[in-house]
Amino acid sequence: MFSMELLLNAITAGMLLGGFYAAVSLGISVTFGLLDVPNIAHPVFIIAGAYAAYAMNTAFALDPILAGLLFTPLFYGLGVVVYRIYYVSFEKKGEQALRGLVFFFGLLFILEVALSLIYGVDYRLVEASYIGNSVSVGIVGISLRLFIPFMVGLLLTLALYLFLAKTFYGKAIQGVSQDSLALRLMGADPIHMKTIAFGLGIATASLAGALLIVIAPVEPAIGREYIGRAFAIAVLGGMGSIGGTLVAALILGVAESLTSTFSGPSWSLAVSFGLLLLALAVRPSGLFGR
Amino acid sequence: MQWKFPVLVALSILGVGLLLTGLVENRYVYFAAYVILQYVVLATAWNILGGYTGYVNFGTPAFFALGAYTATFLMLAFHAPFLVLLLAGGLVSGLLGLGIGYLTLRLKGVFFSIATLALTVVLQTLIINWEFVGGAKGTSILRPASMLFFSNYVKFLFMVMLCLAVGAVLVAWWLEHSWIGSGLAAIRDNEEAAECMAVPTLRLKILATTISGCLMGLAGAPFPLHITLIEPTSAFNLDYAVNSLAMPMIGGTTTWLGPLVGAVLLGVAQQAATVTISSELNLLIVGVVLVAFIMLAPEGIVGLVRRLVKGERI
Amino acid sequence: MGRKSTHSMRTSTVVGVVIGVLLLAASLTSVAQAASPLRIGFGMALTGGLAANGKAALLAMEIWRDEVNKSGGLLGRPVEFVYYDDQTKPASVPGIYTKLLDVDKVDFIVSGYGTNLIAPVMPIAIERNMVLMGLFGLANNEKYNYPYYFQIGPNGPEPAKEFSRNFFALAAQQTPKLHTVALVGADAEYPHSALTGARENLKQAGFDVVYDRTYPPATVDFTPIVRAIKATNPDIVFVASYPPDSVGMVLAAHEVGLKPKFFGGGMVGLQFATFQTKLGAKLNGLVNYDFWVPEPTLNFPGIEAFLKKYQAQAEKRGVDPLGHYLPPWAYAIMQVLGQAIEGAKSTEQKTVGEYLHAHEFDTIVGKVKFGSNGEWEKPRILLVQYQNIKGNNIAQFVGPGKRIVLLPETWKSGALIYPYAEALK
Repeated sequence: MFSMELLLNAITAGMLLGGFYAAVSLGISVTFGLLDVPNIAHPVFIIAGAYAAYAMNTAFALDPILAGLLFTPLFYGLGVVVYRIYYVSFEKKGEQALRGLVFFFGLLFILEVALSLIYGVDYRLVEASYIGNSVSVGIVGISLRLFIPFMVGLLLTLALYLFLAKTFYGKAIQGVSQDSLALRLMGADPIHMKTIAFGLGIATASLAGALLIVIAPVEPAIGREYIGRAFAIAVLGGMGSIGGTLVAALILGVAESLTSTFSGPSWSLAVSFGLLLLALAVRPSGLFGR
Repeated sequence: MQWKFPVLVALSILGVGLLLTGLVENRYVYFAAYVILQYVVLATAWNILGGYTGYVNFGTPAFFALGAYTATFLMLAFHAPFLVLLLAGGLVSGLLGLGIGYLTLRLKGVFFSIATLALTVVLQTLIINWEFVGGAKGTSILRPASMLFFSNYVKFLFMVMLCLAVGAVLVAWWLEHSWIGSGLAAIRDNEEAAECMAVPTLRLKILATTISGCLMGLAGAPFPLHITLIEPTSAFNLDYAVNSLAMPMIGGTTTWLGPLVGAVLLGVAQQAATVTISSELNLLIVGVVLVAFIMLAPEGIVGLVRRLVKGERI
Repeated sequence: MGRKSTHSMRTSTVVGVVIGVLLLAASLTSVAQAASPLRIGFGMALTGGLAANGKAALLAMEIWRDEVNKSGGLLGRPVEFVYYDDQTKPASVPGIYTKLLDVDKVDFIVSGYGTNLIAPVMPIAIERNMVLMGLFGLANNEKYNYPYYFQIGPNGPEPAKEFSRNFFALAAQQTPKLHTVALVGADAEYPHSALTGARENLKQAGFDVVYDRTYPPATVDFTPIVRAIKATNPDIVFVASYPPDSVGMVLAAHEVGLKPKFFGGGMVGLQFATFQTKLGAKLNGLVNYDFWVPEPTLNFPGIEAFLKKYQAQAEKRGVDPLGHYLPPWAYAIMQVLGQAIEGAKSTEQKTVGEYLHAHEFDTIVGKVKFGSNGEWEKPRILLVQYQNIKGNNIAQFVGPGKRIVLLPETWKSGALIYPYAEALK
């Protein structure tokens, strides 16, 4: 059964979900897209962010998204540390990305265990006034639980985009991915830039985690379900393109939503990944990739 | 090429295995050994594409599960004999490797990896919606009490996996020393240069993917009989993807010996941890082992040993 | 009689006493040797997807073990557990159970938690003719028909249908007559079975299906699904879901405004303390399955005492603070096994197995009697409605009044609030 109301609502819900997906994938876009670091542990940093928001929400009744924002400096620092270790162990020696991959897999497991030891394996939820409420705009209903994360995701994308495009550090980071020798000649230290960029990537995880726990219950192992989606979106958008990541995330969100509504939710994930395969076959560098 | 020595070693290993099944009644040994040998096959298979050629395959679960479900389908529909199940599993997964290779190996390395990830999701969704093999609920497989001259079926499964493991390592050894291996190594070192030297890169990559997929499917075909309830979540488990990647990395990716060493080491460690420490620490140990090994021995244990040996000589 | 006889009398006495002491010492020693531990082995999900329930089950089983040992053990022997973490991975189960039987040489085995973790144990138990106690598995014995398998969950002989039978029976009793049903569930083991059963039940009750779909467990947002259901305007909505999706469906239903006349089904997770407290009043009106709730009709001997012991340790162990869902059953499964071993006065598998079939057992979840295939002879899955939940405090769920039993009649503790929208007011 097809109706305009259903179609508009499906598209809206998909876009809202896409905003959230963008927040999840931005970190990968920066660390993997721009820096070529195969940070497959990014989802578990997101889960850590979710638990941080949960802890603040439970202890101080702090709004989870606010908590996520507050923790970004901490996560930035964490990212800097992780990148340093990675750089010293692998990049300096010119090792292939393959070994970095195994390193990050190991990191994924270690962090997952740490979280389950601290917080146990029960699902965690947060409480916030906007969870469970929705507003209507004509025939379209918008659930706040998804709308607010969508807005935050958009703002995060915008902030990151402006940073990379307009600030000195941002442009230097883009320079690193394009031509690090030239960058060095311009007087900027590529390693320093990469450290900042990686830190930023992990910092986004803090906020993305807060968004995640607003939308759905969280337990330590669910990071694994996002590995595929996050990398797929980053690749589809074009490696390192922030705007591309947003567009790809929105496309995937809408695809999932439309399939869910009209043909059968069982196929929604397969459709998303099928789209990805198709896109790669037609345009291997991604939508906005160079 | 020295055929005789490796084949002799292989046959003697099989002989020892056979002897073991006659002497040892403790079934735990066979179950644990089955899992470790299964990883020898998966790690060796992965390394043919990943280590020799440099293309990272995230889709081990897809090939493994396809072998398992092919066998399941044939068992349910035709009550097919074991050998048919095995060969069909290898064949179908090999064809999948051929297909995916043809479609995606023209892309850069990272896109191939993402494509294998996507493949796993799509295949899992298809299986979940295939009611005949049980769909999301899965289906239970009745295992016969005994087979051939083995006193119980578990011993038979162990011997099958031992044969597959020996066979896989032999295939890897042969590939490495053949012109195919040289071609793959050339691709790994510098694909563009290789193409300029008239190495048929696409055809070699597709060959590697097909062989790799076929071996993974062979490893998967006996799985339903091992676990007796085949369902999508356990057949497509992330463990297979991580282990088949980590084991060659830990052992060493440039030779046939690396995956074997890595599989035995990590496999034994995981099996031992399951029945001793047995808690969250299991996963912690896997994580720490991965990080420690990859940081301290980047070329794997084989590389480490090589350097030590050379160091001594100098 | 002279000195000689006195001397020989004293000697005989001494000898007699010495022999007596030796005999006493010998009999005491043999008793001490017979008190070698009675070992019960199992795998349990302590990590992985089912760990939240697995760890709670382990706590309950350990409470049983400590109680039994305080009162002298089983057959005079102290009970010892040998267990390993199955990591919610069926592939690790064969290794664990063969180690338990062939290396650790345990006397009895119990299963892990959940259908998929029980399945790989079946052929191993059958091969060795071991009694296997099953903890919440759906139809594990269907293809085997093994006589020594006993499942503690009150599913009865037709497990898949039982999860939805009461639901549709009650829906069929409502007037004016209801007609249309929307079915939705996760692409996973239990929901798949529950939906299969639901389709049969609703057909028998004379309902029509207007929506019948499943979703991948990794679904993040359920809004599109709920909207699609709402568009078909069903009288009844039946959901078969696992913990995170149960929450997602309830939240989405409130946001979209899905208000069928009869709403609920087989939603796992709504029985857990975490979700009950967080969802709070959003649960009101839902008609869901449960196995035990703290209603006065279900106040079996021993359950209160057990829950107090469990709740005292729950927080420290990081498990469900109320323990109403799985823990009573994990305790009961050990009660049944223990009573069977004591009653049969034997550790022979065959003897104990036959005793388990022939007797009824008194447990903290009521009287347990097994049928021929190892399931409960008579099912007792409860149909429960959440009513009058206010706010998000956990205390309101400790006692009766919030989860009202509607069916079966024997255990009914209140009336249905109908239609669903009424309960939300």
